Amino acid sequence: MRRKHSWLVLAVYLLFTLAPIYWMLHMSLRSNLAITSTFAWIPESLSLANYATIFTDPAWYGGYVNSIIYVVLNTILSVAVALPAAYAFSRYSFIGDKHLFFWLLTNRMTPPAVFLLPFFQLYTAIGLMDTHLAVALAHMVFNVPLAVWILEGFMSAVPREIDETAYIDGYSFPRFFVRLFLPLIKAGIGVTAFFCFMFSWVELLLARTLTSVDAKPIAATMTRTVSAAGMDWGTLAAAGVLTIVPGALVIYFVRHYIAKGFAMGRV
Amino acid sequence: MSATKPVNQRAWWFVLPVLVSVAFSALVPLMTIVNYSVQDILGPDQAVFVGMEWYKEILRDPDLHGALYRQLIFTAAVLAIEIPLGITLALAIPERGWRASLTLVLLAMPLLIPWNVVGTIWQIFARGDIGLLGYVLTQLGVDYNYSQHPTDAWVTVLVMDVWHWTPLVALLSYAALRAIPEPFYQAARIDGASRWAVFRYIELPKMRGVLTIALLLRLMDSFMIYTEPFVLTGGGPGTATTFLSQYLTQKAVGQFDLGPAAAFSLVYFLIILLLCFVLYNFMKDPQ
Amino acid sequence: MARIDLQDLGHRYPGGGDSWALRPMTMTWNDGGAYALLGPSGCGKTTLLNIISGLIAPTRGKVSFDGRDVTALPPEARNIAQVFQFPVVYDTMTVFDNLAFPLRNRGWDQARLRQRVEEVAEILELQADLGRRARSLSADQKQKISLGRGLVRPDVAAVLFDEPLTVIDPHLKWLLRRKLKQIHQQLKLSLLYVTHDQTEALTFADHVVVMSQGEIVQIGTPEQLFETPAHRFVGHFIGSPGMNFLACEWSAGAATIAGVRVETSSSQSPPAGAALSIGVRPEYLELASTAGPNTIPARIAAVRDQGIQKMVQLEVGSTLAWAKLRNATAALPSDTTFARLPPARCALYADERRVP
Repeated sequence: MRRKHSWLVLAVYLLFTLAPIYWMLHMSLRSNLAITSTFAWIPESLSLANYATIFTDPAWYGGYVNSIIYVVLNTILSVAVALPAAYAFSRYSFIGDKHLFFWLLTNRMTPPAVFLLPFFQLYTAIGLMDTHLAVALAHMVFNVPLAVWILEGFMSAVPREIDETAYIDGYSFPRFFVRLFLPLIKAGIGVTAFFCFMFSWVELLLARTLTSVDAKPIAATMTRTVSAAGMDWGTLAAAGVLTIVPGALVIYFVRHYIAKGFAMGRV
Repeated sequence: MSATKPVNQRAWWFVLPVLVSVAFSALVPLMTIVNYSVQDILGPDQAVFVGMEWYKEILRDPDLHGALYRQLIFTAAVLAIEIPLGITLALAIPERGWRASLTLVLLAMPLLIPWNVVGTIWQIFARGDIGLLGYVLTQLGVDYNYSQHPTDAWVTVLVMDVWHWTPLVALLSYAALRAIPEPFYQAARIDGASRWAVFRYIELPKMRGVLTIALLLRLMDSFMIYTEPFVLTGGGPGTATTFLSQYLTQKAVGQFDLGPAAAFSLVYFLIILLLCFVLYNFMKDPQ
Repeated sequence: MARIDLQDLGHRYPGGGDSWALRPMTMTWNDGGAYALLGPSGCGKTTLLNIISGLIAPTRGKVSFDGRDVTALPPEARNIAQVFQFPVVYDTMTVFDNLAFPLRNRGWDQARLRQRVEEVAEILELQADLGRRARSLSADQKQKISLGRGLVRPDVAAVLFDEPLTVIDPHLKWLLRRKLKQIHQQLKLSLLYVTHDQTEALTFADHVVVMSQGEIVQIGTPEQLFETPAHRFVGHFIGSPGMNFLACEWSAGAATIAGVRVETSSSQSPPAGAALSIGVRPEYLELASTAGPNTIPARIAAVRDQGIQKMVQLEVGSTLAWAKLRNATAALPSDTTFARLPPARCALYADERRVP
């Protein structure tokens, strides 16, 4: 039932997707001098010097550690608060349920440039500045609505009779939810975690604003390669290549679930 | 789909954690911005109430009109390209097997790159002397230079956004397609439906929910695009790639006009809200 | 409408190893017949249906409609209609457009199309809903639309139903089944109806095809299936409870149970070395208080009073058998008793098959 040329379309698009990434990989294996002076289709030498810089300088690899800490923290928090809400949306009607979801989405719509300042003031006031928790909390603004939506789709696919049978069998709500219900939607939790991970991992403005030293993310570390001596392209590219790795691992593990992920979104 | 859900107002308790966590990080900053927008901030502890003054000024600002106009064109172009392209790709991704896995992983890669890195990659990638894209175009005899020609810059930012975000639309659409039960396709074959009719009457309706989300996400995110063009072009040449966020930042950071910037932010927020609301209601299930 | 011939038709699913999902078979479906394909889930009945409609290409063999080989043709070129287990409707279309869809795809002109759709809508009592969006209807309304799309083309070779009434309420199920039967008589369409429910099969069809483990074990009228099951599976599957099978030996040209000679309707001798049994329906097994011809010792193990009838469970040797007594007003003989097997009502089975 598919078009004959669909493979061609896909192949051309994948080429388009991979070209810039290839170029980044290409740059990461060359020296700054080579990058800015000569064009080469393939790197003339394979130098891992740029990667060595990253793995030996605590300012660099510390950035990765910081990013991973707040991204994981954000993912756990987002999924944890979204689970009961998604359950409520999938199982009950209540006053305002139709509007609530759109309201949640509107929180993604705040243009960052000016909103950074109040964020900064808020987190300073409550003493969370430059902590991983601050970034994790701030990223919940855009991740929680998405998490609620994805989880609700999965939960709606689970027949309501399962809940009722469990109550008749004498399960309390928390025990039912944790022991019976969560295992049924673990695919959904995987997909949700991937999206939370992704959006938190790539965000720069909030993460940079709310941190200075102790929790500085990798994306912010990368902006410091602009120095008086010009751009440190090689190291920057190597760092960029390394930022793809964790996400690629996560998507590899949840690839089977992506398909089922959005079967019935609440719209 | 199923029978109606029971009414239970206690369900609000389940939603409460979400409300608290989102409100904490969204409402407080929003209120602060509202507060700024009606004052003239003269110093850390000095402010004068000015009422709607900044709003009047903002709405008359020709630069803002220019930025808004460029923004609308850009977002329209983003949606017009990424949604159909994403759907086309989703239809082309293999249904199962290692090819499907590989395609999904490769396709998702641009989504996983921090936004400033996206800008940086394209900054080099598109350069005529040392970048793959720019070099190839120059060799082909195209007079291409994104840091000099406004059109080139605008197109480069657009292509970069397509590269960056089309995979999201494709991934979401793919997920919706995989959820369509096989008998729908079988029935369509028996009914003698053309490939187009299958798409129009089965796949598209089944994708609607997911496409609504994809459209909303792409609408609001492209409307707030900042980091990538900032790194790539810095908004230039001239104002060719100065979209709303860029302009807002210049106003807030560059000119230290916090009051007008806050008023601008709110107007900006309301525009996105209005567009999303219209789109949401347009796409919503008629029931 | 057409006669459908299956010639040496068999199917294996890829990855299924050597096992046949459908064992090679040859059979004919007559034009205008109402057939039921009956069997438990996984017996290959849906596979067979999908091969006939062209959704699955068979591993071997040939399908022909009225002598024309259609094995290589896709479903849309086969002129066949199929209705699936779960309602398939085009959500965004109206009921009218749903019903008209198969005709529009075949280029019918507007006036003829309208007339035909209205005819079908009337048969299915959908006239009032023709202008409504299909998505707003209930599951059984939707299934009626699916049925309607199956019936709307008057020229189809056959209409195939794959357990179409699964999602329908029990009382509506009964109405729709009767409706289908009427439609069959009115329109003289060939109907193939897949089900795992014997009542559904027996009430709907003129001919019931019983399948088990990828094989057709018997084709017959409901009466034939009941009276002379060709295979032990049919005996078990048809009837409630199913047929009793009592192990027996072969000596001196006759079947014996516990040394008692038992005459059966089978006239031939069974093949040597086969495991033998005598099959008798609970409806025909009689209780007796004295020994006699075809009468074997038995003991009452349990009695279940069902009001109009009594179900008596008997221990015959080491096997249990049911007897269904219609007029059991008299008290049952309580102590040692006998069971009588009426010669015309029982048959000899060698391994799984009935000995003719």
